[in-house]
Amino acid sequence: MVKNKKILFIIIAILALIPIITRTKAVLNAIILLLIFATLGEAWNIITGFAGQTSFGHAAFFGIGAYTSTIVFYRYNITPWVGLILGGIIAAVVAAIMSYPCFKLKGHYFAVATLAVAEIIKQIFVSWDYVEGATGISLPIIQRSSGFAKRLFYLQFNEKIPWVYICLVLFTAVILLCSYLENSKMGYYLKAIRESHEVAESIGINPTNYKLYAMLISAFISAICGSMYAQYILYIDPFMIFSLDISMKIVLLTVLGGVGNVFGPIIGASIFIPLSEFTRIKLGGSGTGVDLMIYGLLIILITCYQPKGVIGIVQKLTEKSKKTNVGGEGKIEATSGN
Amino acid sequence: MKPLLEIKNITMKFGSLVANEDISFTVHENEIVSLIGPNGAGKTTLFNCITGFYRPFSGKVIYNGKDITRMTSYQICKLGITRTFQIVKTLNEMTVEENVMTGAFLHTNSRKKAEEIAKETLELTGLMPKKNVLGANLTIADRKRVEIARALATNPRILMLDECMAGLNQTEIKEVMDLCLKLKEKGLSLLIVEHIMEAIMPISDKVVVLNAGKKITEGNPQDVVNNDEVIKAYLGERYHAKSKKS
Repeated sequence: MVKNKKILFIIIAILALIPIITRTKAVLNAIILLLIFATLGEAWNIITGFAGQTSFGHAAFFGIGAYTSTIVFYRYNITPWVGLILGGIIAAVVAAIMSYPCFKLKGHYFAVATLAVAEIIKQIFVSWDYVEGATGISLPIIQRSSGFAKRLFYLQFNEKIPWVYICLVLFTAVILLCSYLENSKMGYYLKAIRESHEVAESIGINPTNYKLYAMLISAFISAICGSMYAQYILYIDPFMIFSLDISMKIVLLTVLGGVGNVFGPIIGASIFIPLSEFTRIKLGGSGTGVDLMIYGLLIILITCYQPKGVIGIVQKLTEKSKKTNVGGEGKIEATSGN
Repeated sequence: MKPLLEIKNITMKFGSLVANEDISFTVHENEIVSLIGPNGAGKTTLFNCITGFYRPFSGKVIYNGKDITRMTSYQICKLGITRTFQIVKTLNEMTVEENVMTGAFLHTNSRKKAEEIAKETLELTGLMPKKNVLGANLTIADRKRVEIARALATNPRILMLDECMAGLNQTEIKEVMDLCLKLKEKGLSLLIVEHIMEAIMPISDKVVVLNAGKKITEGNPQDVVNNDEVIKAYLGERYHAKSKKS
């Protein structure tokens, strides 16, 4: 625990310092996206890493969050802060409705079911006029001259710096929640369920309930990330928000970093997001997909040689060198500074 | 004295196969009851019926005056009946201590309390020196011990052990026997499925014998080993006849 807190502190300190060192928009943009996706990864990690229920449909919750805050603001001019919480609640309700039957399925079948549910929700949004269907929504922009208080109230900023810190706060809160969960009764129960349903039942755990709790928390956090993302890029449409791409990004970056470890998502995101942002900037339209090619290669290597992800490599190195925590922190430092 | 656990006419069928037929017996407080019988006699099936892993076809399981036949396994565990598995199911990615703590969380939400319970249980089962070993790296003897410890940590009134001595060497068997007696002293009731007669006979208060899904007999260990039908079930007709002659 103490070691974990140290690592966490270092990661957050580095991310907090980056805006002071550089104000390049591209770098800050990468940091913001990195934080949003790392938070999403944390959310996904609760249901998949801890409870062992692979979800390929987290874009659904992400999208519901994005759409709720946007609609609430676009139609009724209510602050996105309200929409953000509301989105979380709606996503949690949707998660409960979809997971209850899906939890009867095991392993791959559950994963396929979540994928299907996400696609269904996407189709609903595509043909739903109230949410502007396939056209998508451009968020109304508040006056350029508005003061900071008003900007914060409507979650729209001219600069990227406030976004970095808002996302950093969100990420910190979520990672703290996750490490708390991991070491609580719920964490132990979820891990027991992941390893064996029968053992879980034999020692008095109701697997369905605990999986459901995990799913609700996961969906809630994902939806908040969705709202943040929508407020940040100020335009959403169903094809972009509910895309399989986003579901997969969440899965892949967590797998790369380390499934079931609270530091997995941030490590994965620190590699993946800068990689995709900078290949996009350097190569432009002709380079679309280059990041995915490199990333695919990384994933293949990781799954073949170290299924525990980068975290697993770090753990092995630290075990080898016997210098317990020095090596681990060094590696994380290097990757998050990407 | 009223029995703590009462199994009443349990019948369990898988399709046309009758795995348990009309089985009844009781377990009293502070009693070690063992369930023996040749392979395929339906002992594990009966275990699964009692603990809610299977729904019995007919019959009733009464615990402490309460009908628990239709309850789920986790509800039954909460009431105070915990089982172990014949094919050990250690939580591989958790350490021994974490394995036991998972069980200890049943009646508490506090991590500290769970750690205390786990510590006590680890000491009782002699697993303290291995508490930081990952489940995946344990030997079979230790896995069986973890299995018992994890079940014990849920603080049951009846502990059901499914072949927890199979595959152990003499010393290890002796340790498990001692543990069983220690638990009895602490006031627990034990229901044990076991094949190793020399281990089970000395510690049992009552032996229930199953064969081909039916209960042949029950009684104290001495009577049971001399029972004709039991010898027949274990040694076969021919040897039964021979043993008669001599």
